[in-house]
Amino acid sequence: MQTVDTGATRTPLLNDPAKRSLIYQVGVLLAVGALAYYLVSNTLDNLERQAIATGFGFLEKESAFEIGESLIAYSAADSYARALWVGVLNTLKVSFVGILLTVLLGTLIGIARLSTNWLVSRIAAIYIEVFQDIPILLQLFFWYAFFYEMLPAPRQALNPVAGLFLCNRGLIFAVPAEHPDWGWAGWAFLAACGAVYLLRRWALQRLFKTGKTVPLFWIAVGLLSGLPLLAWLLGGAPTAMDVPELRGFNFQGGVSVSPEFAALLLGLVLYTAAFVAEIVRAGIQSVNRGQTEAAKSIGLKPGQVLSLVVLPQALRVIIPPLTSQMLNLTKNSSLAVAIGYPDFVSVANTTINQTGQAIEGVALIMAVYLCLSLLTSALMNWYNKKMALVER
Amino acid sequence: MRRLSAGLAMVAMLVLIGSASAGTLDDVKAKGFIQVGVNGELFGFGKPDEKGVWRGLDVDTARAIAAAVFGDAEKVKYTPLTAVTRFTALQSGEVDVLCRNATRILTRETSLGLNFAQVNYYDGQGFLVPKSLGVKSAKELNGAAVCVLPGTTTELNVADYFRSTGMQMKPVVIENTSELAKAFFAGRCDCLTSDVSQLAGTRAVAPNPDDYVILPEVISKEPLAPAVRHGDDQWYDIVNFSVLAMIEAEELGITSQNVDEMLKSADPKVQRFLGVSPGNGKSLGLDEKYAYHVVKLVGNYGEVFERNVGKDTPLKMDRGLNALWTNGGLMYSPPFK
Repeated sequence: MQTVDTGATRTPLLNDPAKRSLIYQVGVLLAVGALAYYLVSNTLDNLERQAIATGFGFLEKESAFEIGESLIAYSAADSYARALWVGVLNTLKVSFVGILLTVLLGTLIGIARLSTNWLVSRIAAIYIEVFQDIPILLQLFFWYAFFYEMLPAPRQALNPVAGLFLCNRGLIFAVPAEHPDWGWAGWAFLAACGAVYLLRRWALQRLFKTGKTVPLFWIAVGLLSGLPLLAWLLGGAPTAMDVPELRGFNFQGGVSVSPEFAALLLGLVLYTAAFVAEIVRAGIQSVNRGQTEAAKSIGLKPGQVLSLVVLPQALRVIIPPLTSQMLNLTKNSSLAVAIGYPDFVSVANTTINQTGQAIEGVALIMAVYLCLSLLTSALMNWYNKKMALVER
Repeated sequence: MRRLSAGLAMVAMLVLIGSASAGTLDDVKAKGFIQVGVNGELFGFGKPDEKGVWRGLDVDTARAIAAAVFGDAEKVKYTPLTAVTRFTALQSGEVDVLCRNATRILTRETSLGLNFAQVNYYDGQGFLVPKSLGVKSAKELNGAAVCVLPGTTTELNVADYFRSTGMQMKPVVIENTSELAKAFFAGRCDCLTSDVSQLAGTRAVAPNPDDYVILPEVISKEPLAPAVRHGDDQWYDIVNFSVLAMIEAEELGITSQNVDEMLKSADPKVQRFLGVSPGNGKSLGLDEKYAYHVVKLVGNYGEVFERNVGKDTPLKMDRGLNALWTNGGLMYSPPFK
């Protein structure tokens, strides 16, 4: 930058836009810095005056409380850090399953909403209005009460098919007993996924080169079911099952889905799916009708019109608001405290109360949700870029 | 969500409140009432009755403090608090004193920065089970689903108990007392664990109280006491000696009925206690007749106990540990001189 200093045309400091904005910015920065300094020092003062301990040292102490359900081994003898980790995993579990089901259900209802069948579109509309308009917390209370009031006690558990029990302690079902062969079947499934991915790429290239299609769907089904089956057969086809059994008060063995988890999942999915359905409907309607007509006129089947022409364009509109619904679902999962599902907030709150370390605890809560949200956003942004209009 | 907002409120308080404040007694006198944190949902300890009048042992403790400070037991405002929000509310200055069946333990006095005054109820943790379960002892509870309030000593004790006896448990943790009780009555858990007095209070409001039984094992010591913040010794003394005044009055045989006659008593202990011979009140920074007001307006400890949790109430609690030391209990006041 060159300054022209002729003396006669020197502008006053505040009349020079560049210098003026610099002064204002420095001023704002100083004010924010001073406020931050005041808040932090005041907090430390108050903490010291009230003789409240500070720091994250408490994380290594023994937690001494039990947690109802956990994805990893946990007992009251473990540390607060591990207890909090159990909470994070529980939040991830309900959010992950919840997002998958929400996208699935929301898309179905969004498409149903546009159906030419009067009854189907009315039912979808009613669903959307009802679930969108009732506060999520009330829905959670409703589903939780529904599970524990409606279902019988363990000793009178419903047993619709062998190995599956339904009672007010949850849904308990038999799973295959542990055997190394199941691990091999899992690897075989992953391998099949990889094979399908490569096959799809090859099929697309072939399509563009020769115009010939491959019955990809049926090959994929065959691979995904066939490879694990083969691994299972080669491993000796173990059939032993871990069947739940009523011992004492509760069922032992098998896998159980608690009423708290089920109520939270159901509440979150049904609520968020109503919003997703509206987003999907809006996205599909944003695609010009001429596109559909053109696609039909070149002889595409209705399914192909949707998957090859309409959805790829609609997704560009759908993805950004869909991301924000995913974030909403994750954040709403913290309502779990109301119905006793041990999510991260629930565990963190117990920790705060038992240790008195509110500032550290709340900081942890904010950090964890920030990370989850940023991670979800990053993934969705990446997907959005991939789907966005590529201008040639 | 309420718990999170409580945590946030506390953070906001710690961040924002000015540093030095006047003594609590001056604050209380200036605003003309005492702000007391109470349970709000616990029958027998702190809960409004059908007419909206607050009743309970903790409520009467709060009224005794108001009687001591103002000579008027009604100058109290109540803030209902959950187990999780209670200490935050006290630390942040939202309430002046906490009378909310809180157990006195070491870490609450140290890392939470609180002082617990004289115990107003000696309790212990027990188990409430439906009779239909056929359980006679807590030792038979292996594998049980246990309903428990979060953020309580109860939550830790029950984990300790099952660990030490080598049994398994599945906690069901719900913050709201009535929601927790509802889940228990609907059969979500095999047992509800809490302080025995609370279990009696919960059973009293059950759809059919006779269907439930409290197991004989008491697995912990739960001295329930009012609490104040660290660092205001005068206010601590006032709260402490308000509770002690009720206990001392019972020992001296002074009741709300006969307190006016006792003013004429020749016993120097009674004269000193009721402020006929002055000294006690002034040293606390209160009216000389503060103990007279406590007994006259609220009653002695025995009266308060029987009125709220005793034989003729739905809770039907025995005096047990809460009898005077002269009757084999733990209630013992230092001399008032």
